[in-house]
Amino acid sequence: MYDVVVVGAGVVGALVARTLAKYDLKILILEKESDVAMGSTKANSAIVHAGFDAAEGSLKAKLNVRGSEMMEQVTRELGVKYNRNGSLVVAFESERKEVEKLVARGIANGVKGVRLVERKELHELEPNLNDDLDCALLAPTGAIICPYELTIAAVGNAMDNGAELKLNFEVSDIKKTDGGFAVTSSKGETVETKYLINSAGLYSDKIAAMTGDADVEVHPRRGDYMLLDRECGNFCSHTIFHTPTKMGKGILVSPTVDGNLLLGPTATDILDKEDTKTTAEGFASVVSKANDNVKNLPLNKVITSFCGLRAVGSTGDFIIKMNDGVITLAGIESPGLSSAPAIAEYVEKLLTDAGMKADVKVDYNPIRRPAHYFKTLSMEEKNEIIKKDPRYGKMVCRCESITEGEIVEALTVNPRATDIDGVKRRTRSGMGRCQGGFCSPTVVELIARELGVPFESVTKFGGASVINYGKTKGDN
Amino acid sequence: MKSVDLVIVGGGPAGMSAAVAAYDAGIKDILILERDKSLGGILRQCIHNGFGLHRFKEELTGPEYAYRYEIQVKERNIPFKTETMVLDISEDKVVTAMNSTDGMFQIKAKAIILAMGCRERPKGALNIAGTRPAGIFTAGTAQKFVNMDGYMPGKKVVILGSGDIGLIMARRMTLEGAEVKAVCELMPYSGGLARNIEQCLNDFGIPLMLSHTVVEIHGKERVEGVTIAKVDDRRRPIPETKQYIECDTLLLSCGLLPENELTRAAGISIDRITSGAVVDENRQTDIEGVFACGNVLHVHDLVDYVSEESDIAGKAAARYIKGENAAALPCTVELETDGRVRYTVPQRIVGKEDVTVYFRVADVFRDIKITVRDGERVIISKKKQKVAPGEMETVKITKDMLASLEGNKLTFSIE
Ligand SMILES: Cc1cc2nc3c(=O)[nH]c(=O)nc-3n(C[C@H](O)[C@H](O)[C@H](O)COP(=O)(O)OP(=O)(O)OC[C@H]3O[C@@H](n4cnc5c(N)ncnc54)[C@H](O)[C@@H]3O)c2cc1C
Ligand SMILES: Cc1cc2nc3c(=O)[nH]c(=O)nc-3n(C[C@H](O)[C@H](O)[C@H](O)COP(=O)(O)OP(=O)(O)OC[C@H]3O[C@@H](n4cnc5c(N)ncnc54)[C@H](O)[C@@H]3O)c2cc1C
Repeated sequence: MYDVVVVGAGVVGALVARTLAKYDLKILILEKESDVAMGSTKANSAIVHAGFDAAEGSLKAKLNVRGSEMMEQVTRELGVKYNRNGSLVVAFESERKEVEKLVARGIANGVKGVRLVERKELHELEPNLNDDLDCALLAPTGAIICPYELTIAAVGNAMDNGAELKLNFEVSDIKKTDGGFAVTSSKGETVETKYLINSAGLYSDKIAAMTGDADVEVHPRRGDYMLLDRECGNFCSHTIFHTPTKMGKGILVSPTVDGNLLLGPTATDILDKEDTKTTAEGFASVVSKANDNVKNLPLNKVITSFCGLRAVGSTGDFIIKMNDGVITLAGIESPGLSSAPAIAEYVEKLLTDAGMKADVKVDYNPIRRPAHYFKTLSMEEKNEIIKKDPRYGKMVCRCESITEGEIVEALTVNPRATDIDGVKRRTRSGMGRCQGGFCSPTVVELIARELGVPFESVTKFGGASVINYGKTKGDN
Repeated sequence: MKSVDLVIVGGGPAGMSAAVAAYDAGIKDILILERDKSLGGILRQCIHNGFGLHRFKEELTGPEYAYRYEIQVKERNIPFKTETMVLDISEDKVVTAMNSTDGMFQIKAKAIILAMGCRERPKGALNIAGTRPAGIFTAGTAQKFVNMDGYMPGKKVVILGSGDIGLIMARRMTLEGAEVKAVCELMPYSGGLARNIEQCLNDFGIPLMLSHTVVEIHGKERVEGVTIAKVDDRRRPIPETKQYIECDTLLLSCGLLPENELTRAAGISIDRITSGAVVDENRQTDIEGVFACGNVLHVHDLVDYVSEESDIAGKAAARYIKGENAAALPCTVELETDGRVRYTVPQRIVGKEDVTVYFRVADVFRDIKITVRDGERVIISKKKQKVAPGEMETVKITKDMLASLEGNKLTFSIE
């Protein structure tokens, strides 16, 4: 019997589990995919919003401002990248009123340092802005992070503190039992728990329905992105939004913490919760709207494109409720990433208020070794490590300079990667400009070796996403 | 810090030829640094034949061609380190590298030759809409799986792009029992060699669909099919021509990009068209004592030309180390192009000797003249029945022509 089962290992579930892991509780995280961070958390704008966006008094506003305040410490403890680069919401002259409203809302929401900047200062701040832009909101506390890096680190830290993770466990049935719930997977495996946390993202409505709550509604809204080579990471230093419309924050142009440049997202309401196809119309719209904000975009430097799905709730606000041992976290659309640490804190409070009895563990350790620590070492320090473990001297991914030692770590450290994309999200191998062209055969070999599985059973992201179909004639 | 006369980055055919040439010109203190398990570069995975027709007057496979150079390197006892990645080159010629036995280390070089080769253009650069399943590879990655690891990355294959690697993989996968359904090429002509189209596609009945592209990828976990369409003369897909092809694999062979991160980081000027360094006829970059040759400089279709170019760089580096090269002269002659000629290598001439200029054209042209002008004056006019982007062209600028130049610019054009 577990004390807490968390359904869904996105950023929300991950931070909830990590926050609760400080207590003497038996915690289990269930995730339907072959890795953590495979839902909305995998493909979003990666912005820690300052908190000027959401309507005053809403949960979104409250949790966003609090989450953004907590994020720096959380990322420091978990050893993940965080860069407070500041956000700009730019406007043409005709949109000035809207921006002024936003500034006022930011002040009301308690966002520190938020102010209006005029044309001259604006163009000095960002020389690549479209010349016609007139003014902007500047929020110095806006920041960028890597959402899957944060999620992997949070799950890893929770596991280091005793939490368990079951991947490929799709919750398909939940039954009320005497002391809590019996949670069953589509493959028929059942686990029991006292408390259940529903952080299933787009499927939080389905999970809620399994617990007897038919009122939760979530629908997908698609967003297409394009990612540019690291050569372009200096194109702008702030995250540049355009004045928002009711469909969202429009197309942004932002550096990423890894030094690439991100363009997107579009906003299209769709029906299919699995439909992450990118579209030609999406690309065209990203490009044309990005061009409203900036000039001379180096579009020939696109290295990849992707699409993410927002889990839009029916109430317009985050839906957070506790009922009879179930906590539902639904409609966690943007700024869900920014709010995640605060959502976790909120859940902690709901549980302790509900009388959950647990002591803080004596050996609880909030610190995780940075995933990319090797890169940051001096030449002497690196040589110390290479002397002990020569695999750190063997370069596998040449675009991002990732060694065999780092890849083996991704395959052995909590939560372990089991496929190529998992290795990629943990190490960045294959994320550079050749997109795995050179290193993927070696990565396949290392996965096969470390996990003790046949070469041809290695997948890109679990399931049927195999890379090879068996031996060639000569090798049979 | 250890110092070495000549450090060569990359042990492919370019690096090896340059090493041999420098050694034979009297420089013995050389170190080749190669990232891979052994010398040979991209040739190690090119097990088809067709290498060395010009250089050795026989048809060798890639590994055989590489082996000829490897022997020459070993006969001369030229030191090399494999599984050693060069991480940085500084302006004052300090090379930082790393491997498992030496760890991270630095070497001060008198001269450096850049021979890092090139890599294939990945899917992202093409922005194909649709899903992102397993089963999309560059042709070179597939080549590595098949030829080096002995595994089949696909059974039903569509190839986008008709570059040489793609053509060769069409044949290779077919011989391994896969069904190659089509090769789609965006342009109205192929970027590959005519002989590869004959031997790799026509001989196996694989259709080459010119002016076609892939507009959408289907399949959730593994590729299940692609939608292709014909494109108009501005290369936009024509919606009415869309057709679905069932397949489990999409191979991309859409061109190669010289691998110039180190070059850029060192502050060396890069030619916008070749994506390689700007060099003079000695293959010297704008940092004195740093040379470049092979695919890192511009993409070659024949390895024979790579060796030729690397000889030049190796000899010039040797002269530089011995102090025989005057410091790079302020550019004496700039080579310019009309756009129909896309680029030239070298991009400038600083000496007085004969120079062979290599170049590529932007489109297929028939019954034309390749013209070189000094101001208004035509100094070379060479008739050709056909030129194509897939085939590298050369012209020779003789020392007499250089001696009698009036301006400091030569313009290359197609007329
Ligand atoms: C286009 C876009 C841009 C965004 N930009 C930002 C931004 O810049 N800043 C910001 O703060 N927020 C942003 N967001 C919002 C942010 O991405 C989300 O709020 C956050 O990722 C939600 O995390 P989550 O854990 O709730 O959901 P998810 O990451 O979707 O996680 C849910 C998990 O539950 C699993 N699951 C589902 N059903 C089951 C089941 N039956 N059994 C087991 N597991 C199950 C899923 O596989 C998934 O891993 C953006 C979102 C999108 C889509
Ligand atoms: C797949 C393919 C098919 C071809 N088919 C034919 C053909 O049929 N006939 C023909 O004549 N020619 C063919 N060619 C062309 C010819 O083989 C190549 O042009 C030639 O191999 C290029 O040689 P290179 O030394 O410049 O590059 P490469 O062979 O790529 O060698 C570069 C070397 O540098 C190393 N390196 C790169 N960066 C670093 C670093 N930072 N530190 C250390 N080492 C580094 C690489 O590992 C590599 O070994 C083909 C080319 C390709 C790509």
